[in-house]
Amino acid sequence: MRDTPLSNCERDFLLKAIQEKKRLDGRQTYDYRSIKISFGTDYGCCFVDLGKTRIMAQVSCELITPKENRPNEGLIFFNIELSPMASPAFEMGRQSELLVKLNRQLERCLRNSKCIDTESLCVVSGEKVWQIRVDVHLLNHDGNLMDAASIAAIAALCHFRRPDVGIQGEEVTVYSTEERDPIPLSIYHMPICVSFSFFQQGTYLLVDPCEREERVMDGLLMIAMNKHREICSIQSSGGIMLLKDQVLRCSKIASVKVSEITELINKALENDKKARKTGGKFGFAESLPQERITALKTDVSHVEMSDVKEKANEIVQRAEVPPQTVPSPVLTAPGTGQVGEGLENSWGLKEEEEEEEEDETVELKMELEEGHEEKGRGDVVVISDSDSEEEDVVILNQVTTKEKASSSNQQGAVASKQQQKKKGQ
Amino acid sequence: MGELQQIYFRFCFFFLDFLCRHIYCFPYQKCTYTDMLSCFKDKVGNVLLPGDVFSFQMPESITDSKPEKVVCGPGLRRNGDEVLVCKSGILRHKQPNLYWIDSQQRRYVPGKGESVIGIITAKSGDIFKVDVGGSEQASLSYLAFEGATKRNRPNVQVGDLVYSQFIIANKDMEPELVCIDSCGRANGMGVFGAGGLLFKVSLGLVRRLLAPQSEIAKDLEKMFPFEIVVGMNGRVWVKSKTIQQTLIVANLLESCENMTAQQRQTLFRRVADGSI
Repeated sequence: MRDTPLSNCERDFLLKAIQEKKRLDGRQTYDYRSIKISFGTDYGCCFVDLGKTRIMAQVSCELITPKENRPNEGLIFFNIELSPMASPAFEMGRQSELLVKLNRQLERCLRNSKCIDTESLCVVSGEKVWQIRVDVHLLNHDGNLMDAASIAAIAALCHFRRPDVGIQGEEVTVYSTEERDPIPLSIYHMPICVSFSFFQQGTYLLVDPCEREERVMDGLLMIAMNKHREICSIQSSGGIMLLKDQVLRCSKIASVKVSEITELINKALENDKKARKTGGKFGFAESLPQERITALKTDVSHVEMSDVKEKANEIVQRAEVPPQTVPSPVLTAPGTGQVGEGLENSWGLKEEEEEEEEDETVELKMELEEGHEEKGRGDVVVISDSDSEEEDVVILNQVTTKEKASSSNQQGAVASKQQQKKKGQ
Repeated sequence: MGELQQIYFRFCFFFLDFLCRHIYCFPYQKCTYTDMLSCFKDKVGNVLLPGDVFSFQMPESITDSKPEKVVCGPGLRRNGDEVLVCKSGILRHKQPNLYWIDSQQRRYVPGKGESVIGIITAKSGDIFKVDVGGSEQASLSYLAFEGATKRNRPNVQVGDLVYSQFIIANKDMEPELVCIDSCGRANGMGVFGAGGLLFKVSLGLVRRLLAPQSEIAKDLEKMFPFEIVVGMNGRVWVKSKTIQQTLIVANLLESCENMTAQQRQTLFRRVADGSI
């Protein structure tokens, strides 16, 4: 899918507007778009909205053997993915220049700054350490991916909790979340990237460019800083010549912005912690504003049901015999179970669960299983419904199927067909 | 392109070119049939989803009442005796018997006869390649401009905007554009001049702007003078005296998509009084 090309008229307009210090969405030159940080239900899942740019970061951990030259340090692995849903220019599987650049910058910003204490990730020196993996997914591209990605990554790392580990002599026990509370990572500081875009050979500067401004810019300066005014990394791309005082000015602006953003992240983390403690609602679904989703409420619509039985009978009588299907022999290896595909479940579902269902369903299931045993192995009783695409159609409640407001008669036909089969057997 | 003095209103064009099917509905002996038809008519103004089916069945004996005709517009499709809903949206009705689904969509699908704003991406041989926002790039011939001959080529560069019309737009062939009408006159189409801002809105808003009695257009006209070109592919070009005014019009149009008429008018009034 090709991206929309930039027309000359747009380019001229944007450059002229920047010369008059006007931006497309009415911001000032040093203004950021509104940042919204929300967390998911799992620990370590973070969504960041920077205007219309939307990024999700997920942190996970795993026990592995450490590197040989660093036996008592854990490992951190970063991975940014540009999803095709973010922009028509991104294609799945293609390693584009932008992707490589973003990955390198994120690694440099978070790994080289040593913001995470890797020695605390060691479990058994030389044998088992934790590997923390940060996956950053881009959901919508509206400019300034680097800033949003760094905010999402560091917020997710601060939010993440790893399982607790107990060591007794030679034995290492990893406790699950139910047994012991998971513990957070030890993070020294929060480095955050701030992007500056330059126009007209460095004459004009804009903070937080949106996608259209990024297309007409001459060069980009990225400064990664933490709130203690320590610069973690600086990168200048685009080949523009910058003067010393321009870079110093940018770093001053960056320190102001970084302290604001760090406060925002801390507030979001606290809100999430409070919500989890008090048992309030938290997670991605709750962070969506409820007013936007219009609940569709339909009135009961009448369905013509008078001749359904006769029609169903006709269909059944006219239907051909279902084809004799011989399935491939199922060999269950030790430690595996068979689920679905018309055969009996052998996954270990307790019989008590089935008994809790309605009597009719149990009856029906029993009849099916009897049918199985009667016909012997190798023959599969498949209720091949000409209408329905499911293999097993189970009626939960006789009454509800009749009341279901659907404009097609399929449900009714199937229900009556099931009754027919039951009566026949 | 010259000066545009008025907004071009074309509303029902794409309905009539799009799927139009007739359904003859005979009143049924049993009362359920008329229930179905009246149920369908009651749904006008309700939200329908793809998968909703209205079945009008032919009776065994045809009574002597008059058949009722239902014309299906965009979003509705006939499948034998049934009317299927293909798009999610609100069912609308226009007298005497036209029904269609009013849906919101941002992705444009080229349709014959629609006027769109395209961006020239390449010049190859005798044609220009134009990006219209669809799945394929459209082709525009050199000779499809007013007064163009083999010797006298139009002054069009890569990256320019053109306002043109589809003559071929179906799923089997590459779409083709022209900048002249059937008499050979430009009729307002052609290359844009310099200046102005191009931005993208949803197709629903574009249709509302191009409607014959468009309230949004009327509200906008009261603000300050500006030139506007609306393409059916969701692209709008605006030019005003100052950059600030152009930005205001662009932002207003992008934001009034989900507003009710009341909210829109208060917003426009606030902008007209306050900022400038």
